[in-house]
Amino acid sequence: MHPALQGLITIVIGVGGCVGYFYFSNFLLDRFLLPARAFTAAETAARRRLGLIFLFALPTLLILALYLSGTGLSGIASGWGLFWLLVVLALIFGLWRLTGFVFATGETTAGHNISHANMIRPWLFLLPAILALGLYLTYPVFETLRLSLIHRNGGVGIGNYTFMFGEQKFWEAMRNNMLWLVVVPAMSTAFGLIVAQLTDRLSWGNIAKMLVFMPMAISMVGASVIWKLVYESRPAEVEQIGVLNALWVGMGGEPQQWLTLPVWNNFFLMVVLIWIQTGFAMVILSAALRGIPEETVEAAIVDGAGPFQIFFKIKVPQIMSTIVVVWTTITLVVLKVFDIVFTMTNGQWGTQVLANYMYDKMFRANDWGTGSAAAMVIMLLVTPILVWNVRNARKEMR
Amino acid sequence: MDNIAGTKSGLTWAVHLSVIFLVLLWLFPTIGLFVSSFRTADQISATGWWKALFPTEQNLVVRAAEPSAQVLRDGVYMIEGNVFEDFSVGVIAHWGVSSREISAYQPGETAELRDGSSVTLEADGSYRVESAEEMSGSRGQRIFVTATTPPEFTLGNYEFMLFDPQNSEGMTKAFFSTLTVTIPATIIPILIAAFAAYALAWMEFPGRALLIACVVGLLVVPLQLALIPLLKFHNAIGIGKGYLGVWLAHTGFGLPLAIYLLRNYMVGLPRDIIENAKVDGATDFQIFVKIILPLSFPALASFAIFQFLWTWNDLLVAMVFLIDSSGRTTVMTRQIVEMLGTRGGDWEILATAAFISMAVPIVVFFALQRYLVRGLLAGSVK
Repeated sequence: MHPALQGLITIVIGVGGCVGYFYFSNFLLDRFLLPARAFTAAETAARRRLGLIFLFALPTLLILALYLSGTGLSGIASGWGLFWLLVVLALIFGLWRLTGFVFATGETTAGHNISHANMIRPWLFLLPAILALGLYLTYPVFETLRLSLIHRNGGVGIGNYTFMFGEQKFWEAMRNNMLWLVVVPAMSTAFGLIVAQLTDRLSWGNIAKMLVFMPMAISMVGASVIWKLVYESRPAEVEQIGVLNALWVGMGGEPQQWLTLPVWNNFFLMVVLIWIQTGFAMVILSAALRGIPEETVEAAIVDGAGPFQIFFKIKVPQIMSTIVVVWTTITLVVLKVFDIVFTMTNGQWGTQVLANYMYDKMFRANDWGTGSAAAMVIMLLVTPILVWNVRNARKEMR
Repeated sequence: MDNIAGTKSGLTWAVHLSVIFLVLLWLFPTIGLFVSSFRTADQISATGWWKALFPTEQNLVVRAAEPSAQVLRDGVYMIEGNVFEDFSVGVIAHWGVSSREISAYQPGETAELRDGSSVTLEADGSYRVESAEEMSGSRGQRIFVTATTPPEFTLGNYEFMLFDPQNSEGMTKAFFSTLTVTIPATIIPILIAAFAAYALAWMEFPGRALLIACVVGLLVVPLQLALIPLLKFHNAIGIGKGYLGVWLAHTGFGLPLAIYLLRNYMVGLPRDIIENAKVDGATDFQIFVKIILPLSFPALASFAIFQFLWTWNDLLVAMVFLIDSSGRTTVMTRQIVEMLGTRGGDWEILATAAFISMAVPIVVFFALQRYLVRGLLAGSVK
């Protein structure tokens, strides 16, 4: 089948499926399960029977599905048997409680039905999202943790981690990631703040901002190609076509292979990400600068503060919380940086970073254990930000 | 405002100049690649792209036609022709007939040669060699030409990369692959997220705060962790590598941001409207479809742009979940990375390929920037 056609069908099925699910699940709930009226005695009896059938039918179907899917009874019996048994028991218990709830087998009034329906409805709305988030983001965290503890030869333990810690490439990746962590968020935020402040009162400030913001739309691969041309190096006797070497030779230097210069090449890679992320920092910080109460600045001017004093002593302290948010957001991007290194140097010449190290292990060396261990290291580095974000979000909701 | 206290105009100038400098600095690399994509391979390797914007001067040594081509006209032996027979290099600035004085004559002037003949060269390269006697020898007169070439650009690279059926590295297929990945991967998460966001914003139920906290937490989980487990899962349920897998993966990875953005927006909608509708007997489903969705359009648009840019520009997810060993479904980013390996120095190809992949996001960016900025602000300020 042609991929475009497949795409179209997927859109139709995906969108139709979602809309259909939401519509019919709500329809079922409001019209059949818990309509806003009291039931007659005959109806209640019928609903009890229906509930009982439901109570037995669903676990049976589930077991049948497991059996047919090939996991089979042998799969249930081996190793995971106890786990599945517990799952099924929990399901039956849950269903038993749920049937009483959903089929309204007890006393029924209109108000009772409405309130029950309103307790169920949020979960109807949330179900697809919870399933997707659970399967595509939550489950992988635990599965990766599990895989990282299983060694290639089948042993269980921290073997993958000790192997990884013994590798020189891993420490190189750690060192580089730390360099990235220090340099990129700092530079992007600083440049973003400078541009935001300078363009603040400019008549053509919006155009300037738009142009600085544009790299955000460019893929990291595209940006890598753009900057590879900047760093391009030719032999000394021919004309340089890379801007950097042209300037360098113009100042009397020898043409350099910038991306192979030890340690420095890391900074040349960082420039690419700084170039991309500055626009992001600028947009956020610019909005924050606009939000500063005018009176504070006016008061400072009246008190005779110069423009630099106003900026550093009045404005920056007031937008400090935004600066922190920008900083952490860019830190997250940096921790996951992959495309740039993969495209420009592929981790050679001492430019390895964790995400690329992980990709190397997983898909080149096919060593899923060590790859998962590296992924867990990234997760560990992200965790403080995760905790901080969640705490902030909870504080905000109160 | 800063001018209230009579800020010096010198500072204003400094601000203007430094902003111009910064903007140029930010644009410079992109312009470089953009200009390169309109130059031929020879031009790119001859000069830096910044010289392509200005006329260039070139020194050439050409020869007039051999004496055997001479004709007798009005008692004068003549050879006529054009020094730019095969290709036009540009306009001749000055010329000469000896290697020591290559710029002795202006176009249109006539040079007297030692053997009694004379050469006239026009600016467009046409020349006339005249002699009273029959010219001999087997080689034509040498002419040293300094030509100014106007900036010259070509669409050939784009034709080659997009429309040449012989080109096995053409980008057309990859372009449509990328498009096929992007559209479903943008639409489906929006729908799922919108319903979830409504529940999280406007429905009361136990565990709501916990769920919101989970979404905020999942926002930052690196997708690197999901690669292997999900690839295993896709293989187990028989999807393997392919479009379906990449759509599902993008949907899953995009959901936290979608839910977060949309919930933040929906929470800010006026409570009265929703409560009035409830009093009038509207169900939650009706409220959602008829009131919340239309009002949330800006937030939906913001997320759609994010997700579109992210899926269009993505490399890692496509490499892991989509592109199998046959490479038939390769996306543009992946193809560019491959070409960087195989066509390392062929900048006309690389630049063109990169710009074909960047064109759509850049257009989307400039057209819908308002929503993008709004989304960024909703997603991180607070």
